[in-house]
Amino acid sequence: MLFTKTKPIEEVLESLGDEKNIFLLACDGCAEACGTGGKDGLVQMKNEMEKAGKSIAGTCLVDFLCNKVLVTTRLSREMEQIQQADSIVVLTCGIGVQAVSKVISKVVHPADDTVSLGGMQGLWPSDERCNACGQCALDYTGGICPITMCAKSLLNGPCGGTKDGKCEVDPEKDCGWQLIYERLEKLGRLKNLKKVYSPRDYSKMLPSEDVRKTSFYDLEK
Amino acid sequence: MKLIEHFKQGKCVVTCEVGPPKGIEIEKIIEELVSLQSKVDAFNVTDLQSSVLRVGSMATCRLLKEKSLEPIMQLTCRDRNRLGLQSDVLSAAVLGIENLLCLTGDHTTLGDHPQAMPVFDLDSVQLLSAVTALMNGKDMAGNDLEGRPPQFCLGAVVNPGADPLEPQIAKMEKKIAAGAQFIQTQAVYEVDKFAAFMEKVKHLNVPIMAGIVFLKSPGMAKFMNANVAGIHVPDDIIDELTAAGKEKRVEKSLEISARLIKELKGLCQGIHIMSLGWERHIAAVLEMADL
Repeated sequence: MLFTKTKPIEEVLESLGDEKNIFLLACDGCAEACGTGGKDGLVQMKNEMEKAGKSIAGTCLVDFLCNKVLVTTRLSREMEQIQQADSIVVLTCGIGVQAVSKVISKVVHPADDTVSLGGMQGLWPSDERCNACGQCALDYTGGICPITMCAKSLLNGPCGGTKDGKCEVDPEKDCGWQLIYERLEKLGRLKNLKKVYSPRDYSKMLPSEDVRKTSFYDLEK
Repeated sequence: MKLIEHFKQGKCVVTCEVGPPKGIEIEKIIEELVSLQSKVDAFNVTDLQSSVLRVGSMATCRLLKEKSLEPIMQLTCRDRNRLGLQSDVLSAAVLGIENLLCLTGDHTTLGDHPQAMPVFDLDSVQLLSAVTALMNGKDMAGNDLEGRPPQFCLGAVVNPGADPLEPQIAKMEKKIAAGAQFIQTQAVYEVDKFAAFMEKVKHLNVPIMAGIVFLKSPGMAKFMNANVAGIHVPDDIIDELTAAGKEKRVEKSLEISARLIKELKGLCQGIHIMSLGWERHIAAVLEMADL
């Protein structure tokens, strides 16, 4: 179970910037249980977006966004609307956002922050990793997580140790920032490299009392 | 004296790297550095270089200060969280250290304690911002410091040989915005490429020091080409060194470094020498390079 919390709407809107036409995609798995995704989350986000003057290119609910096969199959029916959209706002955990960004060449914006990974983690049948940092950074990094993909979890760009696109820690491993650079280039968003990230707030990694009170959290005891 | 004052004088600023010993016998290296006093503007002391345990940068800097040498303290994000880093910044100020070079640091797994926890609570950009905040009398949590705030000249590093270069320059811009007043580069062997890099960053208006690493042998050059990010020693330099033979190798190596310095000094504002144990040859190289 991945515990998520809804990001402050101001944060989502800031990362959307000038993007006007938005596709909304929500997870009906863990995020639905947390009240941060599912049908209710989708309706709420739609209202928020419209209130902020955005138009909605389309919406879709998928059982487990961490399952790329499921996501690809289900979204093939929505492709026309997705192609018309400027970007996708995704109501799910860090794994779900990364999975979506991997199968669709569109800018993704996380609507939730992941705060804890406990017990069975959705379906999650692949290689995306979430650190449950509680401050999802995937908006500006092309949907690739700098915290899990960079050996030093650097937020403001690559260190001096990246060589031929590989990491100084392991020449077999891709440099996370090289992947981010390539993805941003592909998405036409290299300007995102200029985004300055403040130091992380590690206190956000501690699941809050309301999260700890959920039945899922309880069942794990 | 802060390094920025040297740049203001408009001359080619010279610094050299100091690697503290793995052990407490530091006297010999300090004596060697004292002999360079008239040639070198400041001494840049590494902070557990290559993630190998050594004497610390701060203590070494203080010892240099006591010999009237100007130290630059390197500070990496590898081993300390934000509490430790900010405390060390304040401690450095108390000890009279006026120059700080802020880096991310090598990963712990590359050094002699690969089991250690890699900290990286902050990255180099965030560390620079944190020191700038301290210089304005506030800690990272926004609390006021008591009394007068510390004052430093802040430096940062860049790898001009990185490919792609764009993410490195984007990060360099962030470092300057966060308070870096001078930039030091990774070792340079290709003058043309360096000139192209300087052209790309000239809008940033910050003094840049080109890095020089003494090539001790053709094998070392080949090793760096294969293993060190952003360093490329061209074949003609390797051939030149090989052709010199073992007896003349040192002489040839120093000649190559002096030639590089001569060519680079007109392109940038300073030279940073990483002699890797060859401190005794620094004076001769600088003389050959007319510095």
